[in-house]
Amino acid sequence: MAATSLPTLTTKDLTTDQDVRWCPGCGDYSILAQMKKALATPSVPKEKLVFVSGIGCSSRFPYYMNTYGFHTIHGRAPSFATGLRLANPDLQVWMVTGDGDGLSIGGNHLMHVLRRNVDIKILLFNNEIYGLTKGQYSPTSRMGTKTKTSPTGSMETPARPLTIALAAEASFVARTIDVDVQHLTATLQKAAAHKGTAFVEIYQNCKIFNDGVFEYATDKSVKADNLLYLEHGKPLIFGKNRDKGIRLNGLKPEVVTVGKDCGPDDLLIHDETLEDQTVATMYSRMVGPEFPEVLGVYRNVRRPCYEELLEKAITADVAKKGAGTVADLFKAEDIWTVE
Amino acid sequence: MTPPAGATAEPTPTPRTAPPQEVEAITIRFAGDSGDGMQLAGTQFTNTSALIGNDIATFPDFPAEIRAPVGTLAGVSGFQVHFSSQDIHTPGDVLDALVVMNPAALKTNLKDLQPGGILVVNSDSFEDNDLKKAKYTSNPLTDGSLAGYKVIRVPISKLNREAVKEAGLSSPKEQDRCKNFFALGLVYWMYERPLEPTLKWMKDKFGKKAEMLPVLEANTRSLKAGYNYGETVEIMPVQYKVGKAKIAPGRYRKITGNEAISLGLVAAAKAANKTLVYSGYPITPASGVLEQLADMRRWGVKTLQAEDEIAACGVAIGASFGGAIGVTGTSGPGICLKSEAINLAVMTELPLIIVDVQRGGPSTGLPTKTEQADLLQAMFGRNGESPVCILAPQSPVDCFDMAYESVRIATQFMCPVFLLSDGYLANGSEPWKIPDVEKLPKIEIKHPTEPNSDGTQFHEVGDGVQGKYLPYKRDQYLSRPWAIPGTPGLEHRIGGIEKQDVTGNINYEPANHEHMTHTRAKKIENIAHTIPDLEVNGPADADLLVIGWGGTYGSIRAAVERCQRKGRKVAWAHLRYLNPMPKNTEAVLKRFKKVLVPELNSGQLLWLLRAKYLVPAEGLNKVQGRPFLVSEIEAAVDAKLG
Repeated sequence: MAATSLPTLTTKDLTTDQDVRWCPGCGDYSILAQMKKALATPSVPKEKLVFVSGIGCSSRFPYYMNTYGFHTIHGRAPSFATGLRLANPDLQVWMVTGDGDGLSIGGNHLMHVLRRNVDIKILLFNNEIYGLTKGQYSPTSRMGTKTKTSPTGSMETPARPLTIALAAEASFVARTIDVDVQHLTATLQKAAAHKGTAFVEIYQNCKIFNDGVFEYATDKSVKADNLLYLEHGKPLIFGKNRDKGIRLNGLKPEVVTVGKDCGPDDLLIHDETLEDQTVATMYSRMVGPEFPEVLGVYRNVRRPCYEELLEKAITADVAKKGAGTVADLFKAEDIWTVE
Repeated sequence: MTPPAGATAEPTPTPRTAPPQEVEAITIRFAGDSGDGMQLAGTQFTNTSALIGNDIATFPDFPAEIRAPVGTLAGVSGFQVHFSSQDIHTPGDVLDALVVMNPAALKTNLKDLQPGGILVVNSDSFEDNDLKKAKYTSNPLTDGSLAGYKVIRVPISKLNREAVKEAGLSSPKEQDRCKNFFALGLVYWMYERPLEPTLKWMKDKFGKKAEMLPVLEANTRSLKAGYNYGETVEIMPVQYKVGKAKIAPGRYRKITGNEAISLGLVAAAKAANKTLVYSGYPITPASGVLEQLADMRRWGVKTLQAEDEIAACGVAIGASFGGAIGVTGTSGPGICLKSEAINLAVMTELPLIIVDVQRGGPSTGLPTKTEQADLLQAMFGRNGESPVCILAPQSPVDCFDMAYESVRIATQFMCPVFLLSDGYLANGSEPWKIPDVEKLPKIEIKHPTEPNSDGTQFHEVGDGVQGKYLPYKRDQYLSRPWAIPGTPGLEHRIGGIEKQDVTGNINYEPANHEHMTHTRAKKIENIAHTIPDLEVNGPADADLLVIGWGGTYGSIRAAVERCQRKGRKVAWAHLRYLNPMPKNTEAVLKRFKKVLVPELNSGQLLWLLRAKYLVPAEGLNKVQGRPFLVSEIEAAVDAKLG
């Protein structure tokens, strides 16, 4: 690809004239800013970018991007985005959803769009709460989370977005966080470059209804010990002093101190291109305080997209039987003529 | 030669002497176990009849269970064919002949056979166990209960096995699978039909692979054996002959409603130079459309079998947003699920076609039976005020024209269009005069490529901005422009939140919401400027108008024409456009002293007509999962006119 021939956009080009209506201090602002940065240079032409969303705070996103946009209905954005890709495979389609929209009401659609590997970049803003409806627990809320609809604490085991995505055969799976702007931008760019469904979970702070739920991952004094950033081909190392790592003990991960428990060669090496999802699934299930939570690209493999296969089937049928005309359409096994 | 009647012994072979008797029309039904191949036998009989020049109409009737226990009442499958030397509009009220392969088929179908009608029975399947499964306490073949019919007992199973024993099939079970062709051959003889079309079909289907050759051989032998049995054994008093119908010259094929919808959609998309994107979820009786379109790759048709009904509708709307012709298809239960998505298309004013092949409801209802009870659901079954266009094809053939028309309206008016077919139209078939491609209506779609803001409309002035794209700036019919992603400079956002007219910006102002609500309604009303007037058929001084919609067309027309021939002052009209209705509808209704509205529901069109036009119309309603008989409507007309 000749990068020089691509247009150079500024973040201003991607900004609409609409007032942004998220609450002050919302993590969504950061994601919006990094999204524009990620798309700015180099980018596909602005008119080929489309943002599709469902319902919820995150789903207001398309109104703030000066591209084509479609704010659809609760949970169903994957279906609209799929239809759009079928109509025009030339578009770069982004889908913005949240933990309620994507995993609760839209859980079924999310599973199937990932399985079909439609070429859509899905951003799931996970704030572990229903914000737009003013603070009810969501499918990712932790056990015990007290909200208006769970006054004694949530009694449900939370859904793990990336475990679900991997189980649904997602070809690109990543996690990032609203406040780490460099990692966020880089992750969005990697998602943009992926051919197939890219699924990115973004830890996002809801200032009003769930403030501080990711404090362990944002507080400068502790975050280095609580987060592990994946790098393809590199060992899994984390910690303030970069001396902790993840080693496999049989089928189980364990946290080890490099130099004390083992040497650097004993650590697990990250390979995002593995066909088998076992290790990626293991990352997705690592939670504190026992483990660091894993950020970065878990999985990045190439497999055919639904719309590619459909185009191929059409091309093959045309090659075999010729392009169908309207006259051909009316043919049948038995035709008779009345004089 | 006396015809065998009632409980007869097996017939003895005698050569036939009587010449065939000419009749105008015959209605025959093949009935058997759902594994007996009755649909296939009926279809072959229909094709052959059409090929030799009869007018035809068919009505397949099958159980919801794919394979109910063999021989039970629940598992009976039937296929009815009406063939005639005259122009016909229905599959026939009562049967002239009934072919039954087992006691269960006899029990469930005998009531439709007219007194003195011909009953062909596979006498091999009337053993004690067969009778028990059909809940007979005595054998109807011997207890005299069939005395009112011309019963023709044929040991079909035995004769068939004998006929195919040398064909090379591996098991008696496989041999038995041919017996529908034996029955078909027999019926071909009864009505003087040639075997060649079916023999050719067999050859095409089974003659291409070496391992299928024994099947070809067996089926061929079965068919011929059945025919020859009829010829050699004097089983019938006479052979019947139905001459060619006077049909407009042209090239014809047979078509079902579901096939016609598929072809209409593809032809219209081609006329509009657009990609057709069809997404559905398997549901009876609409699955056929998805199946047919999935097999039309070389016409560039794109299909997706969605994970559920909601997603199917979403895919169609997303495709429309992207500039394709987005269509979703389903039956009533699926419409319930799609409602919210349909409303998004109402709000964002995108083209969307929703095919609803109606079936008996509510809930799962009667999946394989027909009904017309989704009209008010299509009209009103969504939150808020949600006007949509509603079309209803009146016959299997009309499904083509109305599907084509749905694409024209959806794209010209940027709105959802319901196509209300039904189970009867979907599976029923009739001859279709293949249209002249050149004469199909043009569908012109223009996507803007330049900004349209020139400061001339209300909200533009306030903005003072020129050279912008305004997605809700409307044309003379109040339709909005359809700018599609990929077009430079026209980037814009749409969604389900109420928006300001012209600019499309989110807007919660009270006056704007009222304005937009009225605008969406007015736009749908404006479709009436582009559709034909309602046609009235009958004497100018008629006292009674019979008006219907959808699949009841054939029965209504046949019944009213019969009454007219009796000298009754009655006219009929049929609505194919239900929202909006043709502009002259009110004037038509008010011309008549009495208005009768036959419907396969409890009075839904009736409700609309009375509400909209304040006319004292009355209903004729049937909710049995079956079409109207012509005689039912005829009786109602007679009663109304005293």
